[in-house]
Amino acid sequence: MQVEKFYYDNKIVKFFAYATILWGVVGMLAGLLAALQLIYPSLNFDFAPTTFGRVRPVHTNAVIFAFVGNGIFTGLYYSLQRLCKTRMYSDKLSWIHFWGWQTIIVAAAITLFAGFTTGKEYAELEWPIDIAITLVWLVLGYNMFATIIKRRERHLYVAVWFFIGTWVTVALLHVVNSFEMPVSFLKSYSWYAGVQDALVQWWYGHNAVAFFLTTPYLGLMYYFVPKAANRPVYSYRWSIIHFWALIFIYIWAGPHHLLYTALPEWAQSLGTVFSIMLILPSWGGMLNGLMTLRGAWDKVREEPVLKFFVVAITCYGMSTFEGPMLSLKNVNAISHFTDWTVAHVHVGALGWNGFLTFGMLYWLLPRIFNTTLYSKKLAGTHFWIGTLGIILYAVPMYWAGFQHAIMMQGFTAEGNLQSQFMDMSKAIWPLHAFRALGGALFLVGVFLMVYNFVKTLRGATLVANEAAEAAPLAKEYVPTTKNHWHSWIERRPMKMLVLSLIVVAIGGIFELIPTFLIKSNVPTIAAVKPYTPLELQGRDIYIREGCYNCHSQMVRPFRDEVARYGEYSKAGEFVYDHPFQWGSKRTGPDLAREGGKYPDSWHFNHFIKPSVITEGSVMPAYPWLFDNDIDTASTPAKINAMRTIGVPYEKGYDRIANSDLMAQAEGIRDGLAKEKLKTAANKEIIAIIAYLQRLGKDIKTVNKPATASN
Amino acid sequence: MGVILILLIASISVAGFFLAAFIWSVKQGQMDDDYSPPRRILFDDTVSPDTIN
Repeated sequence: MQVEKFYYDNKIVKFFAYATILWGVVGMLAGLLAALQLIYPSLNFDFAPTTFGRVRPVHTNAVIFAFVGNGIFTGLYYSLQRLCKTRMYSDKLSWIHFWGWQTIIVAAAITLFAGFTTGKEYAELEWPIDIAITLVWLVLGYNMFATIIKRRERHLYVAVWFFIGTWVTVALLHVVNSFEMPVSFLKSYSWYAGVQDALVQWWYGHNAVAFFLTTPYLGLMYYFVPKAANRPVYSYRWSIIHFWALIFIYIWAGPHHLLYTALPEWAQSLGTVFSIMLILPSWGGMLNGLMTLRGAWDKVREEPVLKFFVVAITCYGMSTFEGPMLSLKNVNAISHFTDWTVAHVHVGALGWNGFLTFGMLYWLLPRIFNTTLYSKKLAGTHFWIGTLGIILYAVPMYWAGFQHAIMMQGFTAEGNLQSQFMDMSKAIWPLHAFRALGGALFLVGVFLMVYNFVKTLRGATLVANEAAEAAPLAKEYVPTTKNHWHSWIERRPMKMLVLSLIVVAIGGIFELIPTFLIKSNVPTIAAVKPYTPLELQGRDIYIREGCYNCHSQMVRPFRDEVARYGEYSKAGEFVYDHPFQWGSKRTGPDLAREGGKYPDSWHFNHFIKPSVITEGSVMPAYPWLFDNDIDTASTPAKINAMRTIGVPYEKGYDRIANSDLMAQAEGIRDGLAKEKLKTAANKEIIAIIAYLQRLGKDIKTVNKPATASN
Repeated sequence: MGVILILLIASISVAGFFLAAFIWSVKQGQMDDDYSPPRRILFDDTVSPDTIN
């Protein structure tokens, strides 16, 4: 067989690597700003785009989809070509993918700062960007599968399987979760409402962790760890089980984000069961990665790349042990809505994704430039500073999580709540300060890496097209023995195990279908009515300002929560919530029963400067709400969009909605005027007060005669 | 909870895809050998003499 000569495309790898570093710095700076804002609220600068509610989505989107995203593509373009012994199928598609993805990132940053958001965590981007993501993802998929098809190596190494799994699942998650009803060019409402929206969102959210932050990085681990250690993976068999088992189990674990919420109980249990099962494949993979270094620990002492990999894999092990634990209902009752979750994700993000990326870059960049790293010592310093940063980040946040839960759940001997929300908020203030310090240290390490690369690559030239040789693939696969269709499984207990797992998973699901079809899962509540036009506008302001980043709208059925916030939340209360706004973190108190708790004047003054009303509050001020006019021009389109997705506004209501809006707004304005607070009726502050005063009110009126809410 | 049906269809179709992929990979003989693939990736097929291995 004739050996063929071909060239690996290293230029695309270089560009993705640079993008990874650039967006890493940007995303982490945004994170640092957000962390500092939680200790010094003045750093919100009284300016809409720089308030925490907008900075935090910029941070999460930047580190996940820009930093880790480009990290995935860097490793994928480098390893896929070498694993398939071929150049990428099309250079043109590679570059469309590269520039398309960077354009999406820039568009995402601009729109998020400007307040265009769907209000669904980690899926905040508005519909035109969602469509662009889909298209660019298809380009990547076409290029990737075409490359795999024209490969010169029949066997698909396990890393390639992880890339395939990632691509397929992310495509599906993104499409299903992004069903939106456009209102205008940059505004849409989630197709789903309330509990349904929550379930889809966390099915997506959890699997974004699974299939964007985990499986592609496992693919990278299975390629770069053996390469850097120059030793085969500990057990190839294990890696295959790892892949198939992980893929099958992960997708069902989403509901563990909704434990004790209004989600039907059986769905919560399903999520918990699959989450516990996840320990096995996750730890199998983690140990497989670590044991690849068996007999090479002497190299770990000297090679910073391997040091990064060891800590990355260890952090993967810690987060994937912690994840299932957090999915237990009794643990989740403590951790949910607190900084514990934040600590958990950052062990994964900083340790697993961050360190694996750094190790990969230190290994790969000098190679494609055919040079050696400027300073191993500096890389070692980066490693230690980064590790210290992770510890200084995680430990205070775990502490803050416990403190939060203990203080919130405590009762005095007389049966009263022990602490006010603000007592807790003040108590964890120093811990948040330490967290910011940890994050800053981690970022210092990144800057050391940037300096190291500048020095390394100065004067070096990129091997843009790296020559390689391999024999072409034989036309047809000839098995060594003649197999009966199922003989392979009889001889292979490992595959038997995997297949059984599949059967169990799918079988279990079909068993559950009849349960799903029962309508009683979301009992309807007659008193729950659609939002008035003014409240709807107020709700959109609530979403725009990212209030859900700090405030939940979900009272769990616990003694302390019911005592503090009121009646626990029912599924039927959220049927008109497109999107749901349950939130995932209580930096501020829950708002599910906010309506009627304080007078309008309290909210008015609170929005001017929260820390004047509530001493020690870290909430930003929202002065622009007093200047901006309510966007009444959009009211008819919003009413129509809501009607299309099932909210029962009467036909033709869009035409008179604005007069209802003004009538309600004038009522609030007059009420405020009585307390000598002057504002025009058409200001945004009126709309957001109307919305907050509506929250949780519907079921309070259940026993009264049916009147229009509010 | 009609949305669960959507999620089920979505999730099961993913599961179905992977099942098909698994069977395909087995039929292709990808699981026949778990010794050489992990070692093969350690070798670069580059021909340039000054490329680092």
